[in-house]
This record gives sequence, C-alpha cells and structure tokens, in this order.
Amino acid sequence: MIAWLVASPILVPLTTAALCAVFWNRPSLQRVLSLTGSTLLLILAGLLLARVMEGGVQVAQMGSWAAPFGIILVADTLSALMILIAAVMALAVAVYALGDVDAVRERGGYHIIFQVLMVGVCGSFITGDLFNLYVWFEVMLISSFVLLSLGGTKEQIDGAIKYAAINLIATACFLLAVALLYGVTGTLNMADLAVRVPHVANKGLVSTIAVLFIIAFGMKAAVFPFFFWLPAAYHTPAVAVQAIFAGLLTKVGVYALLRCFTLIFTGDMGWTHGILLWIAGATMLTGALGSLAVRDLRRALSWQVVAHIGYMIMGLAIATPLAIAGTVFYLVHDIVVKTNLFLGAGVVRRLSGGDTSYAKLGGLFTAAPILCIVLFVPLASLAGFPPFSGFWSKLLLVRAGLAVENWAIVAAALVTGLLTFWLVGRLWAEMVWKANPDGDALGTTSLGGAARVALVAPLVLLSAITVTIGFYAEPLMRVSAMAADGLVDPQAYIDAVLGAVPTTPTLVGAADTAAMEVQP
Amino acid sequence: MMDSLILRTATRLLLALMILFSIFILWRGHNEPGGGFVGGLICAVAFALHALAFGVKEMKRLLVLDPRSLLGGGLLLGILSGFFAGPGGDPFMTARWIIFKDATGAKALALGTPVLFDIGVYLVVVGALLAMVQALMEED
Repeated sequence: MIAWLVASPILVPLTTAALCAVFWNRPSLQRVLSLTGSTLLLILAGLLLARVMEGGVQVAQMGSWAAPFGIILVADTLSALMILIAAVMALAVAVYALGDVDAVRERGGYHIIFQVLMVGVCGSFITGDLFNLYVWFEVMLISSFVLLSLGGTKEQIDGAIKYAAINLIATACFLLAVALLYGVTGTLNMADLAVRVPHVANKGLVSTIAVLFIIAFGMKAAVFPFFFWLPAAYHTPAVAVQAIFAGLLTKVGVYALLRCFTLIFTGDMGWTHGILLWIAGATMLTGALGSLAVRDLRRALSWQVVAHIGYMIMGLAIATPLAIAGTVFYLVHDIVVKTNLFLGAGVVRRLSGGDTSYAKLGGLFTAAPILCIVLFVPLASLAGFPPFSGFWSKLLLVRAGLAVENWAIVAAALVTGLLTFWLVGRLWAEMVWKANPDGDALGTTSLGGAARVALVAPLVLLSAITVTIGFYAEPLMRVSAMAADGLVDPQAYIDAVLGAVPTTPTLVGAADTAAMEVQP
Repeated sequence: MMDSLILRTATRLLLALMILFSIFILWRGHNEPGGGFVGGLICAVAFALHALAFGVKEMKRLLVLDPRSLLGGGLLLGILSGFFAGPGGDPFMTARWIIFKDATGAKALALGTPVLFDIGVYLVVVGALLAMVQALMEED
C-alpha cells in the first residue's frame, strides 16, 4: 500500500482537477473541491514524510514495471519535505483564492488549472525518471501559461509571451540534454544514471550535457543570466497565482538542479559546481540590486525572488553536507516567506486602491496595525533578522562558505543580505510609516467579512510557520540534515530504486498470461 | 456556420459514420494501430463538421453535455482505470484483466483496464477539441 501513498501527491490533485472540470459551470462546488483536495494532499504529504523519516527511501513502480524500465516514483527525505511544504502553500493559496479570484477567472477555470499546476509541481518532486521529470515540467508550464494570462489584460499578455518564449528555449535545452544523455548511457532512470554516468568514457560530453542541464533548469529557476523574464511576468496575474508562482515554480528548478547535481553529475565537480558558484554570486547581487532599482512593492518582491534563488544555488555549489543542508533549509524557508509576501502585497494593493507603486503607498500602520505586524514577520525573515527563519538559513550557508574558505561567495551572500535589509527598511518606511498620499489608507475591515478572513488567515498561518521555524529551528534542521545526507551519499537512493523487488501483477479470471496473446 | 445544402446533406450521412468509425478505431487500438487519441480526434472532427454545417447551437444540443465536463469525465475515467490495481495490492496503473474462454478452453476475449484508460483518453480528446471549436466559433 506504500506505493499508493507515494503516488498520492500526483493522484489527489489530479482527481481534484478532473472533478472540478466535470463541474465546470459550478464555481461554488469547485471552491469546495479545491479546498478539500488541498487539505487531503496536506494530510497525505505529512504521512509520506513521516513514513520516509521512519523507513528510509520509499519507491513505487507505476503499473508494476520495475526500474530501470518502468517509471519509478521515489520519495526520499528531500522529495517528501518539498511535497509537504508545497501542500501547505497549496492550502494557503486555495484559501486566499476564495477571497481573491474573481468570477471571470473562476469561470475561466482557475481552480482546475491551479490543481493541474499542483500535479506538475508534486510530480516533479516525486519522480525518479528524467524523462518523466520533463513531462511534469511541461504539465507545470502549460498550466502556468494559462494562469499567467487568465484575465487577459495587456500587461499580462506581455508577461506571458516573455514567459512562454524563454520557457520554450529552456524546454528545448532540457529535451536536447535528455536525448544526449540517453544516447550516452541508454537509460533515463535517475538512480540508474547515477550508476552509469561515472563509467562513460567521453567525459567531455558528460560535462557538456551537465552544462545544458544547468541552462535548462537555470532558466526555470531564474538564475543569472536567465532571470529577466521573471520580473517582467510575475507581478501581472491574480495575487493567488503570483504567490504560488513566486513560492513554488522557481523552486522546482532549484530542486531539479539539486537532484541532478548531487545524484548524476558529480564526476567533474570543479567544472560544473564552479559554474554554479559564479551563477550563485551573480544571481544574488543582480536580484538584490534590481529590487532596489524599482519603485513598486510587487516588482521589488519579484526581484527578491531572483536574489534568494542565488543563496540556494550557492549551497548546492559548495556541496558539503552542511551547505546542502543549508540549501534544503533555505528552500523551505524561502517558499513560505515568498508566498506570504506576495499574498501580503495583494492585500496591501487592495487597501491602497489597486496600485503598489511607492508613491501610492503609506499610512498602513494607522489603518491596519495587526496586518502590519503579520507582514513584519516575512519581511524581517527575508532580511534575515535573528529570531526568524531567514537568519538560520543564511547562517547555515555562510558557515558552510567559511568552512571551505570561499571568501568571495561569503562576501556576496553578506552584501546581498545587507542590500535586502536596505530594501526591507525602505519598504517598511514607504508602506507603513509614511503618511498616505491620498489621505488615510483603508483598514482591513473594508475588505468585507468573509473575504477578510480568506485573505488574512493564510498570512497569519504562513507567518506563524516562519516564527515557529525561527524559534524552534531544531526539527527542520534535523530533517534538512537528513535530506542532505541522502543527497551527499546517494547509495541508499540507488539501492532503493534498483534493488526494489519487481511485483508480479495479479491476474483476475485466469492464471495464464498466454490467454491474453492475440491469435492471428 | 456555412449555409450550404450540400454540406448539410453530406454531414447528416457522415456524422453517424464517422462516430462509428471512431469507436472502431478506439476498439482496434487495443491490439493494433489506433486507440483513444486517434479515435477521439475522428469523433471530434465529426462534431466539428456538424457545427460547421448547422451551427454551434445545434452541436451543443446534439452533444447534450458541456464539452469541458466531458473532458473532466474522461480524465476521471482514466484515473479510475488505475485504481483497479488497488484491491490486489499492486501499485497504481497495474493492468487488470478478465479473460473469457470459449468451449475448448482457448482464449476468446480479454477485457482489461487499459481499455477503460483508452476510453478516458478518447473522451478527453473529444472534450478538449470541442471546447476549443466551441470557443472559436462562438467568437465570430
């Protein structure tokens, strides 16, 4: 039955999406289905992580086809942790969408596409097959195109076209790299690749393929120099969509990098991880500088998404157990904080009358003091103030950088931290302290009863998670360390996938398979 | 909508034939070239032809269900076909077979969950294409 638990992160949102599509003309029912599906996903993801922590890597052979021929779903600590955190975000955003997504978007199929997006995200996290990963990326991309352009304003179409164009190139790179890798090794099962890639005679070709993967995943993760589409697209769609994009989509790219460059491409680390280190530093600095250059809350946050991807790549590039643990910790922290910030920016936008440029913001503290306190948590965490989750994640990465005596990247990380701190100070001054240019800002009571709960409850939930991680970092630290151990020494992963005993399918009605053969 | 007597008369004849043919292709795909995707395409073309000849309204009346619900239903059927593996303790999507034998004990007919999955694909393709046709034709 464990195979079903491993498959559940795909099955639950897929079934929810199908049910929502059946009731296409009944948005109220879709809302209930979307909430129920997200809650169920959260419960099952929790069970899966508990099972993995207890019993090690869990493997499911879809359709009883054994590795390396069939498609294998693999849940190790990293996968299970990512699915759990994605499920938390899905639930938070599903609640927020109740108050945010308008009737036109709902009739356009918002809830269905949102669930399909979750299928793609969870599928990417759990698959153990490189081509299957490509398929889940496609599922994710197609649904994100729709979500990005749902609503159809000029600004949205502009952002969506850039997003589509860059992703087509990334997809072509990905497919090319997959094809080359298959040509060299004859397999696409990740565990099997981990065994075979070191024995490939043509080392130069393997390094080339590795760089193609860096480009393909790097475009999705929006690292330097492939980041420009993100600030152009992310601030345009509905707030719920922005939040899930900022929280999850780029992190799937980081996850894919993390998986491939700890499991498959570890032969020429001086070359591949050297490139990653440069990318990390450049991404951090450009993101932070970009966020300071714009004068709009949501655009600044979009740039911050780019900046913090740099930190995660930094951990991967250093590749010591401590650095990888730091990256995993950072992933969890950043997903929560970014989703929270974009949801918060959506509420601020409503209160300030539909505009988030600094010139229109202000006076939030007199109008909505409690909202300000709730928003302070993710902002402070973004800047890395000590009691919050951002402090611990940056501390881990900086310590890992100091341990390998790589002063340049540590300096880049610290300077980026400082610039982020500057940005947070500026945001706070513009949004909260400054007097509102149009008189008084509106309070949260102006949102209306039910919408107010739906909009603010997810913020409170996510801020509570950030505070909990900050004050009680031990459990997440332990899980991150476990995930890092599994990545640094992937033998357990490989054994679990390739050593799994193939299950013989049971036949109903007859014992002989010969009866199934076609008679000419 | 094209106002043409020839098209309308031909469509009346072709519609039933094409739907029958699409089901034949779906069934044949079980062991030979064909299957749910191609079958679904043929069926969708039949309905699209009807929409061209008689207008989208007529097509919707003929189809009864909303094409988007058809899509969802097909997806559900596809997922459901994977769930038959559950009771035997096998992983998702493991095929299940019911095999009928003739009097001599030789194989006569093997029915399995892959057929159900193929019917799901058929419905998804029909639903998706007709939703597009409907949206495009209602636009002008």
